Amino acid sequence: MTTTPVVIEARDLNLTFGAGDTAVQALKDVNLQIDKGDFVSFIGPSGCGKTTFLRCIAALEQPTGGKLTVNGLTPDEARRKRAYGYVFQAAGLYPWRTIAKNVALPLEIMGYSKADQKRRIEEVLELVELSGFGNKFPWQLSGGMQQRASIARALSFDADILLMDEPFGALDEIVRDHLNEQLLKLWMRTQKTIGFVTHSIPEAVYLSTKIVVMSPRPGRIHEVIDSPLPRERPLDIRDTPAFIEVAHRVREGLRVGHSDD
Amino acid sequence: MKTLCSVLVVIAGIVGIWYLACVPMNIKGVLDQAQRAGEVVSPETAKDRRDVKAWALVAQNSFAIDRVWSVERPRLPAPHQVVTELWKTTVEKKITSKRSLIYHGQVTLTATLMGFAIGTGLGILLAVGIVHSKVMDMSIMPWAIVSQTIPIIALAPMIIVVLYSIGVQGMLPKAIIAAYLSFFPVLVGMVKGLRSPDTMQLDLMKTYNASGAAVFWKLRLPSSLSYLFASFKIGISAALVGAIVGELPTGAVAGLGARLLAGSYYGQTVQIWSALFAAALLAAALVAIIGVIERVLLARMGAKS
Repeated sequence: MTTTPVVIEARDLNLTFGAGDTAVQALKDVNLQIDKGDFVSFIGPSGCGKTTFLRCIAALEQPTGGKLTVNGLTPDEARRKRAYGYVFQAAGLYPWRTIAKNVALPLEIMGYSKADQKRRIEEVLELVELSGFGNKFPWQLSGGMQQRASIARALSFDADILLMDEPFGALDEIVRDHLNEQLLKLWMRTQKTIGFVTHSIPEAVYLSTKIVVMSPRPGRIHEVIDSPLPRERPLDIRDTPAFIEVAHRVREGLRVGHSDD
Repeated sequence: MKTLCSVLVVIAGIVGIWYLACVPMNIKGVLDQAQRAGEVVSPETAKDRRDVKAWALVAQNSFAIDRVWSVERPRLPAPHQVVTELWKTTVEKKITSKRSLIYHGQVTLTATLMGFAIGTGLGILLAVGIVHSKVMDMSIMPWAIVSQTIPIIALAPMIIVVLYSIGVQGMLPKAIIAAYLSFFPVLVGMVKGLRSPDTMQLDLMKTYNASGAAVFWKLRLPSSLSYLFASFKIGISAALVGAIVGELPTGAVAGLGARLLAGSYYGQTVQIWSALFAAALLAAALVAIIGVIERVLLARMGAKS
């Protein structure tokens, strides 16, 4: 049996915003290991540091203490090597670019050839089921489709890690279910390592192999739950006892984590 | 159709007020002229009339009312006089004639466009510098603001004198005055436009490890375009004002400003008003052209039509 390589590793990670009286400890002594191919959800109430942790991995925030490695490198080195694709809460497509051109944005910046760009655009648009929408402008698409386009954009340069910060938070339940299902399929096909921030317990349980329950003030990891669910997950797995059991554990974790402040 | 009607009603109202205003404005001149022609007016002498209210004069000399709209050098020319003058000096005169408003207009237009080009070029360059360098932001921006607090009418002669002493004259000094007025709105609009991308959009670029140049060309510049066009519209009309003001202190022989000045020397109010209207029409046309370019460009950039 081979051991899966570690992709992201945090050791005693701390991050404090500001100084003196106004200092806010956003992350306190965070320890976490994410293996290749994991789907890790970060769940917790506002202020628990889940987004901040994701931003640390992406080198959009600088930790003030501890050690964090991404692919064995510092987060900033990993960012320079374009190790990850990042999906924000808002799709943030450029309104002046068509969907295909939006997906091409990182490719242009990274200097891919025109032919390569074209091939990759087609590939990722197909992956998020947006083939045929390449020539549309963002305003011509629904919110869910826009978010799928932004996922395609993050996938286009084929980074091994996909970081997603509440990507479906602004969408309604029905669209969200559909996108969750698609995301799982995509994850299975691409074998990527995914870090996923969410507010929703069912979403976290449905998607993840590992659920990181966080609690606020100071932001820290309360519990890491390894999901016993199989990787193959139809939507109705959510009605099985195993699923309900995991969801219950997450809810308990959130409740306990919240009550001790 | 309904909007068109409303617009026409408003215009008719303005023209009506204008015609009405001609009555008290011009009545004294009309009566002076009538007296010289031997007609009986009341009061009989100009000296006595001086203290009588304009509307009272109108009431006492109702025979002269219709003449207030056709005085040769009226205090306030009637709309049709201005229109006639505009027609005579544009359509009926050869373009090469010194009395053609088209001739004068194109002189001013050339200076305006030249000044607008210099001004917008400068404004955009400074804006790019200010957005990328804190030092430039702190050192240039205050001066740019101060520059606009100096009345251009005071500064224009200085610019012309200084440039003349180093041998620059003709079109360029006017263009520089036009540029002086038009660079500022472009600078302010462009700084705002280049800074309009939000944190998320900038973070996104960071996740791609994008260079400063890539962020500028692919994010900041396209984001700034709608701001830039709003500034262009202000800038081009400011450039026109600058070009006209630049023509006043030089004793220029050509240009709408020269036409205004000549009109005021000789008390040719009709000529002044028609030059003013020519300038206004020119400004409207320039702004409209920029509006069309904006719409075409933004439509290409996928703006909702």
